[in-house]
Amino acid sequence: MSEPMVKAEGVHKRFGRLEVLKGINLEVKRGEVMCLLGPSGSGKSTFLRCINHLEKINSGRLSVDGELVGYRESGGKLYELHDREIIQKRSEIGMVFQQFNLFPHMTAAQNVMLAPIQVKGQRRAQARDRAVELLGQVGLSDKVDTYPVALSGGQQQRVAIARALAMEPKLMLFDEPTSALDPELVGDVLDAMRQLAHQGMTMIVVTHEIGFAREVGDTVVFMDEGVVVESGNPADVLDNPRHSRTQTFLHKVL
Amino acid sequence: MSTSELPTQATERPDDIEAVPVRHPWRWVAAVVVLLIAASIVRSIIVNPNFGWHLVGQYLFDQRVLNGVVKTLELTVLSMLIGVVLGVLLAIMRQSPNPIVSGASWLYIWFFRGTPLLLQIYFWFNITALFRTIDLGVPFGPAIIHANGNTLITGFVAALLGLGLNEGAYMAEIVRGGFLAVNEGQTEAAQSLGLSRLQTMRHVVLPQAMRVILPPTGNEAISMLKNTSLVSVIALFELLYTVEQIYSVNYKPIPLLIVAAIWYLAMTSVAYVGQYFIERRFGRGFSRAEQATMKERWLGFGNRGQ
Repeated sequence: MSEPMVKAEGVHKRFGRLEVLKGINLEVKRGEVMCLLGPSGSGKSTFLRCINHLEKINSGRLSVDGELVGYRESGGKLYELHDREIIQKRSEIGMVFQQFNLFPHMTAAQNVMLAPIQVKGQRRAQARDRAVELLGQVGLSDKVDTYPVALSGGQQQRVAIARALAMEPKLMLFDEPTSALDPELVGDVLDAMRQLAHQGMTMIVVTHEIGFAREVGDTVVFMDEGVVVESGNPADVLDNPRHSRTQTFLHKVL
Repeated sequence: MSTSELPTQATERPDDIEAVPVRHPWRWVAAVVVLLIAASIVRSIIVNPNFGWHLVGQYLFDQRVLNGVVKTLELTVLSMLIGVVLGVLLAIMRQSPNPIVSGASWLYIWFFRGTPLLLQIYFWFNITALFRTIDLGVPFGPAIIHANGNTLITGFVAALLGLGLNEGAYMAEIVRGGFLAVNEGQTEAAQSLGLSRLQTMRHVVLPQAMRVILPPTGNEAISMLKNTSLVSVIALFELLYTVEQIYSVNYKPIPLLIVAAIWYLAMTSVAYVGQYFIERRFGRGFSRAEQATMKERWLGFGNRGQ
């Protein structure tokens, strides 16, 4: 059996005195779609941000594709990675944010082309062709040269997905990708994500879309107060939750 | 009710409302008062011979005055250039995780904003009293450039140092404000794509900060045009010192000061137009509506929708 894409063992994260993650243990297999559910403040987003080192963990082990996040282990000792190495590893992980975070001074295509040109050193023409192709895949062929301000929230989020995909990531992180959207715009974004899941992308999705988790998720993880309360396949966790906290939460969102 | 009767289907436009408008007598009173005052000022300007309008016309394009205008422009452009480059550098230093680097930036800004510009200009002009020779090279090591203080620090160089270094401190605060105005999510998105700190600064933060930085920078440039007149105190032939020299000979200060005022107004007006076009260039992607045209802005339309 191949190594998991993401492996967390006893991951702790504190902000000052506030302990946000209190020992997270979980594994994401290659090609798996994992949906993280839980009330706000449960640490889902923080955990996601630890995976691409936007946040530094305080204790435990967190590895992506068999390599520790932020450290190198040698002779039983941990060495902090240089900025350059951290950046290199980040570029292999795509991230989609709740607030889209498109670059407002660039058109949709320019948003998608920026990292391939700057980080991978691709030529403009090549990057542009790929950007047009990716924007087509998320259904935005006619918005290639549009600035974000003229796009709807759902369209912006799909540009953000195309932008992350342009770096050919081996793992995609979604931080509540539909929470900032008007209800009628959620469907298009979920479609783009569903399509990505069918292509075999490894995905971790923090979401409140129970329907999406049930349909697309291979695993559903329920987190509360910094710990994993329960996890398993969607049908078990969503339809027959064993813990009262999961039951209470699902009762509220459904 | 059938659909053909929907109001949107109507072909006739209803008549516009005709009503007696509200009267505003006090507006008329205020207008008359203002016009009266303006008329009396204009009258005095025309009638009073001491304005010496024929002298104004005579000196407006005098070769010495034109040279002074050119010198003023040179000083403005070069000082602003020093100020902007220094300001960006200081603002980036201020954000450095290294406390010595950010502290140095803070200290610089504290000093140059905390002392009068006029004093700084005098100081640079007299720097040779402090250093007879000036060596540039490795600190505590060998010098690479060696120069006599008096040949290196000419009046022009002292003026540039005074204006430029002072401007750097103000620009640093403006640039820093621009950086702070860029949403943190932008930096995170750039980082998550694998951009380095420098690339994030260059491609994501700076272009967006520009929109916030430019309007106050335009104001700084316009202030600089006028502040260059301060270097007249170190006998540099910029516009003000030039006209001072002329009227110290012909004893006609008012016409010559009017000449200088006309040139300053002309230069600041051109700068204002330039500022408008630069701001429009960097405002791309931030407004859904078409940007207001120059004409609309002058007339005060556009942002009030009136």
